[in-house]
Amino acid sequence: MENLREELKHKIIEVLNLEDVAIEEIKDTDPLFGGGLGLDSIDALELIVLLDKEYGIKLADPKKGKEIFASIDTMAKFIEENRTK
Amino acid sequence: MKKTDICTIEHSKIIVNNEVIFENQTETFSEFAKEAYKNLALNYPKFHKMDNLSKLAFLASEVILKDEDHSRTALVFANKSSSLDTDFKYQESINSQENYFPSPAVFVYTLPNICVGEISIKHQMQTENAFFILDEFDEKFLNDYSEQILQSGKADKVLCGWVELYQESYKAFVYLLTL
Repeated sequence: MENLREELKHKIIEVLNLEDVAIEEIKDTDPLFGGGLGLDSIDALELIVLLDKEYGIKLADPKKGKEIFASIDTMAKFIEENRTK
Repeated sequence: MKKTDICTIEHSKIIVNNEVIFENQTETFSEFAKEAYKNLALNYPKFHKMDNLSKLAFLASEVILKDEDHSRTALVFANKSSSLDTDFKYQESINSQENYFPSPAVFVYTLPNICVGEISIKHQMQTENAFFILDEFDEKFLNDYSEQILQSGKADKVLCGWVELYQESYKAFVYLLTL
């Protein structure tokens, strides 16, 4: 699970072009939205694509995104439970 | 009309009022833009999310607009290749049915006038803006259009510009007009 958290931080920085953010700045329980990362609704859509592309998870109900993308911890837990690749 | 500030970006150089303010021999426009962003200390993280056309327009505009009040500055821009550079990148992400992952972040830049939107957001402009697709840079056309805006009293200044980018070929020529 720890590896997955680190992997997610790398991927989020890469996919969302967070050039000015260092991995150490993203804490496992920090809110991904509404916090210091400055993510917006387009970023949320990119995270849905990331789940599909990297982990084979198709989010049937996008409304669940708020819960799943609350933090690195919640995202990692959801991926562990639902990944198909 | 008076042309008060002029910025040209091409061949890895940013020139403002005939003075080279940044120069860097990088291989790609993306690298050049990133280095220019750092060097000019722009401190606007959303820059990294923009497509290359918006980065070009943004860089050329920032060095002219700076941190001054531009709530009454309108924007009139033009280019030849529209958003074709980004359109192709988006097309690549949906070409294959087996690898079909359309990117929302790329999709939002598949219109050329998004670049003037980015400038408007940065400077909180709610003035008129226009983006024309022309065969070549036509300063008279842009100036005539800008003059109408200025004469109407809807803006005090107009930032005009030619921002052409396709793959690694790019040129920005941006200037500020007043009556």
